[in-house]
Amino acid sequence: MPHDFLDRYVTLDSLIHRLDPRTKLITTFAFLLAVSLTPFEHALAFALYGGLILAVIFLSRLPLLFVIKRSLVIVPFVLLIAVFNLFFKGDEVMGGFDLGGWHISIFREGFEIFLSIMVKAFLSILGLIVLSATTPLPDLLIGLERLGLPRVMVMILSFMYRYLFVLVEEVGRLRQARDSRNFGGGRRHQLRSIGNMIGTLFIRSYERAERVYAAMLARGFEGRVKASSRLRLRPADVHFGAIFSSAVIAIALYPY
Amino acid sequence: MDHAVELTDLSFRYPDGQWALQGITLSIPIGQTVALIGPNGAGKSTLLLHLNGILESRNGAVKILGVPVEKKNLKWVRSKVGLVFQNPDDQLFSPTVFDDVAFGPINMGCSTEETEARVKRALGAVGMNGYEKRSPHHLSIGEKKRIAIATVLAMDPEILVVDEPTSNLDPRAKWAFIELIRSLPMTRIITSHDLEVIGTLCERCIILDQGRIAADGPTARILADRALLREHGLAI
Repeated sequence: MPHDFLDRYVTLDSLIHRLDPRTKLITTFAFLLAVSLTPFEHALAFALYGGLILAVIFLSRLPLLFVIKRSLVIVPFVLLIAVFNLFFKGDEVMGGFDLGGWHISIFREGFEIFLSIMVKAFLSILGLIVLSATTPLPDLLIGLERLGLPRVMVMILSFMYRYLFVLVEEVGRLRQARDSRNFGGGRRHQLRSIGNMIGTLFIRSYERAERVYAAMLARGFEGRVKASSRLRLRPADVHFGAIFSSAVIAIALYPY
Repeated sequence: MDHAVELTDLSFRYPDGQWALQGITLSIPIGQTVALIGPNGAGKSTLLLHLNGILESRNGAVKILGVPVEKKNLKWVRSKVGLVFQNPDDQLFSPTVFDDVAFGPINMGCSTEETEARVKRALGAVGMNGYEKRSPHHLSIGEKKRIAIATVLAMDPEILVVDEPTSNLDPRAKWAFIELIRSLPMTRIITSHDLEVIGTLCERCIILDQGRIAADGPTARILADRALLREHGLAI
């Protein structure tokens, strides 16, 4: 089941799962903002942020291993952005190594920036994982809409969520059909067949979009998106929001 | 105005120049259950898309419950004609079942309470109460088909149009689905390749071939005419 990857733990029941999606969106955003804006010299602050997010993970009953595993997904991207700082930023050389006749130096300032980017990205992704793994996407979309995201963008996101799975299954079928007939062949030939698959997938999606649009028209769609949403803030939302936000603010503003 | 559907000399040509429908004239009385059968590419789906004005003909006229299908009537027409598409993955496009069933009523301008009541009633009618919060990709194809019916029932249509209701269903799901369609009280227009289904469900049968009406009569008579069926690729 392809949807297992996205929806695996959203049906658990915990304090965090029960919160209104708006509460979670706002507190997550506050957390991300605080983590990104805190100067990296305040090492203690980042330890506290880590402790805070760990407490929330604990409250949410998400398996820690699952959270860690998923957080690794961003490492290659962040590493790519951060790693060049090591060699280009700063004046003070803290070390170096030889590579085929070249001497490569690592700068202290660059190293600090590198570390800062890695830590901040890791903490941020932890926050986002908790948000996405404890909130069903439909609820998240309603939350975004109620917080003022334009309806059109919410609709685009909801179509993406709905048809992601249809597309994944479609790719699976195409691949099976290809593999059942593919007796080796050169690399060139294989690349070509992948190209054809992508083309086929695009055309099928395009035609599907037309059928979906017809189905929307058939039910009175007139180009304007209307919503009926049902969300309610409860005392737990206020409590969690207040405690979490004040913790974040306290950590961010403490004079280290 | 005791006709649910009246087509007068309806023709339709696709942008690539091919004729999909040519000179279709037919009327369906209120309350009748009609089968539209024919080989692949006969124009069945094209005909259905004219019934609620998604495709517009330049030649010929379409009337629903006595009212011509025109731009200014489209909203009304689409609330009267409930069109269920063949592939439920095209019909169900929302993140949850509730949102999908509520889509029609919300577009009709129903209040939140009215919308919720309609969703509840429609899901009850197809035996899918309790599925409101599920996502379509978590459902089986039989369940998706039922929800697809509910999405149009929520609009209280007077004419139910179902394209290929039983394709891709296993026999048990198929017969359960037929019972469901049989339990709905409105005028029904159904396309299918499954003659067994049509025999049990429909009193009248229209054969469409190459965009023209090839035969029109009581289902029992049409299905008994093997030569006719064979001529139009419906039997071997």
